[in-house]
Amino acid sequence: MGMTMAEKILARAAGRSRVEPGEIVEVAVDLVMTNDITAPLSIAEFKKLGVERVFDPKKVVFVPDHFVPAKDIKAAEQSKIMREFALEQGAIYFEIGRAGIEHVVLPEHGLTRPGMVIIGADSHTCTYGAFNAFATGMGSTDIAAAMATGTTWMRVPPTIKFVYTGKLPPFVTGKDLILYTIGQIGVDGALYACMEFTGPVIDELPMDDRITMANMAIEAGAKTGIFACDEKTHAWLAQVTTEPYEPVESDPDAHYAQVIEFDVSNLRPLVALPHLPSNVRPADEVRDLPIDQVVIGSCTNGRLSDLRIAAEILKGRQVHPRVRCIVIPGSQEVAKQATKEGLVDIFLEAGAVFSVSTCGPCLGGYMGVLAKGERCVSTTNRNFRGRMGHRESEVILASPAVAAASAVLGRVASPFELN
Amino acid sequence: MPMRGRVWKFGDNIDTDVIIPARYLVTIDPQELAQHVMEDIDPEFASKVRPGDIIVAGRNFGCGSSREHAPIAIKAAGVQAVVAESFARIFFRNAINIGLPVVEAPEAVRETETGDELEIDTENGIVRNLRTGKTYKATQYDEFIQHIIRAGGLLNAVRERLAARKAAEAGQ
Repeated sequence: MGMTMAEKILARAAGRSRVEPGEIVEVAVDLVMTNDITAPLSIAEFKKLGVERVFDPKKVVFVPDHFVPAKDIKAAEQSKIMREFALEQGAIYFEIGRAGIEHVVLPEHGLTRPGMVIIGADSHTCTYGAFNAFATGMGSTDIAAAMATGTTWMRVPPTIKFVYTGKLPPFVTGKDLILYTIGQIGVDGALYACMEFTGPVIDELPMDDRITMANMAIEAGAKTGIFACDEKTHAWLAQVTTEPYEPVESDPDAHYAQVIEFDVSNLRPLVALPHLPSNVRPADEVRDLPIDQVVIGSCTNGRLSDLRIAAEILKGRQVHPRVRCIVIPGSQEVAKQATKEGLVDIFLEAGAVFSVSTCGPCLGGYMGVLAKGERCVSTTNRNFRGRMGHRESEVILASPAVAAASAVLGRVASPFELN
Repeated sequence: MPMRGRVWKFGDNIDTDVIIPARYLVTIDPQELAQHVMEDIDPEFASKVRPGDIIVAGRNFGCGSSREHAPIAIKAAGVQAVVAESFARIFFRNAINIGLPVVEAPEAVRETETGDELEIDTENGIVRNLRTGKTYKATQYDEFIQHIIRAGGLLNAVRERLAARKAAEAGQ
């Protein structure tokens, strides 16, 4: 019997010819990542191991992005612990002003490549599956152990294959595809599993949209989401790295726990209503739901193509008087390019603010925290109770197109509702 | 040695944002985190919970963020164990790694209420509800995970391995 992509990567990293779903294997890791929230705990645990140096400083990455530029003294102290450790170890460190949100920055620097095993102390580490890598989030102690040993343990996940067929309608994006998928299978629909995204729609889908989909695999409970490596993947990598890489593909006779097919030709732009990402409805069916804030950005939808869609909708229009619209570039590169292309001017003219690159509001950190009773349409990934602020505030997840249209109309809206 | 404790019951999909809201993630001090445990699902929980209590919850407990602060806050609040119908995978790993017992026992969860007293035998995978007298089977851990638990968490298990590697190198 053949193997899936995920099984092939894990087998290779375990030095084995094959692995089976359910078995536990020890694998070598190619990249280990933490951020300003999870690094201090990882570093404290690392020091308890009595190991002096990380296993390979070229494979250990630190990215301050959640609460930076530091939101308060305590956050500044946490970042300082990380910065000092990273510099002392000679590890890869991305300072603000030259970087941005971890899951936007690492792919921009060619650090996430096909065939790699990547682990990060951030649940959205699964983002890198868009590059045909096996990437998954873990806690700080797991990351500490991996920083010391260069290895980790994995239970080989069963793979669920998703096949997307038909033709994507206008304004229906990778965000809508993943929200639709989570809406269909539920927030634990892929618990412990690998989601393999395939089909003619995926073959045509731009890298940015694939990244958005892989990013939210965790929102279905998955260990990771993964895509095949094709011309689009090669084209991205050719721009950013000269490092060699070894893609994997699933065998025709690979075993899947489930194969789920979706014809997406009739899909409309979607939203996920509070308080679960699986609470999905077409945006145009949500009538008269007024909003207070819109956030466009994050590791899910803070890339250049996301800002382009938002700008296309906001151009020549105004953010609704009752709405605060916060646009956050995913990285310094995105910010620079958005400036060059005139997107920033469009946002500012429309009455939006253009922020520094940060995870900030997505997790209710800063830069857009919600008050009691406030409602936000956000291009981020989670709408749990209290996620963006007060426990009686609400988050509605959507694509940049829906978020921008909602900002203009002051309520949850589909881009087709604009004249 | 089985453990006994009083139950606090929660529903499905209890995410790490409600277990420990991100606004408190500016520290790694367990006691400070414990003061806010479960705050966004039950603001009174931190003041009601007593050492030795047990959290019982539905499906997908601990979904969302990878923050290890979540099981740390639960453990530091004195909670002895979490029994759930199922766990989100990162939370499960984190709990095992820091030595917070996590027990999968769907049937026991469905028939347990807040205020019940549970007896949990993690070694043999048995959960008993002392109010009803009913006994339930819990999912057994793999040998590999049991090894981490016996070592008292992942760090100890890794330390043992590093020491063994060093000894082997010295012996060569």
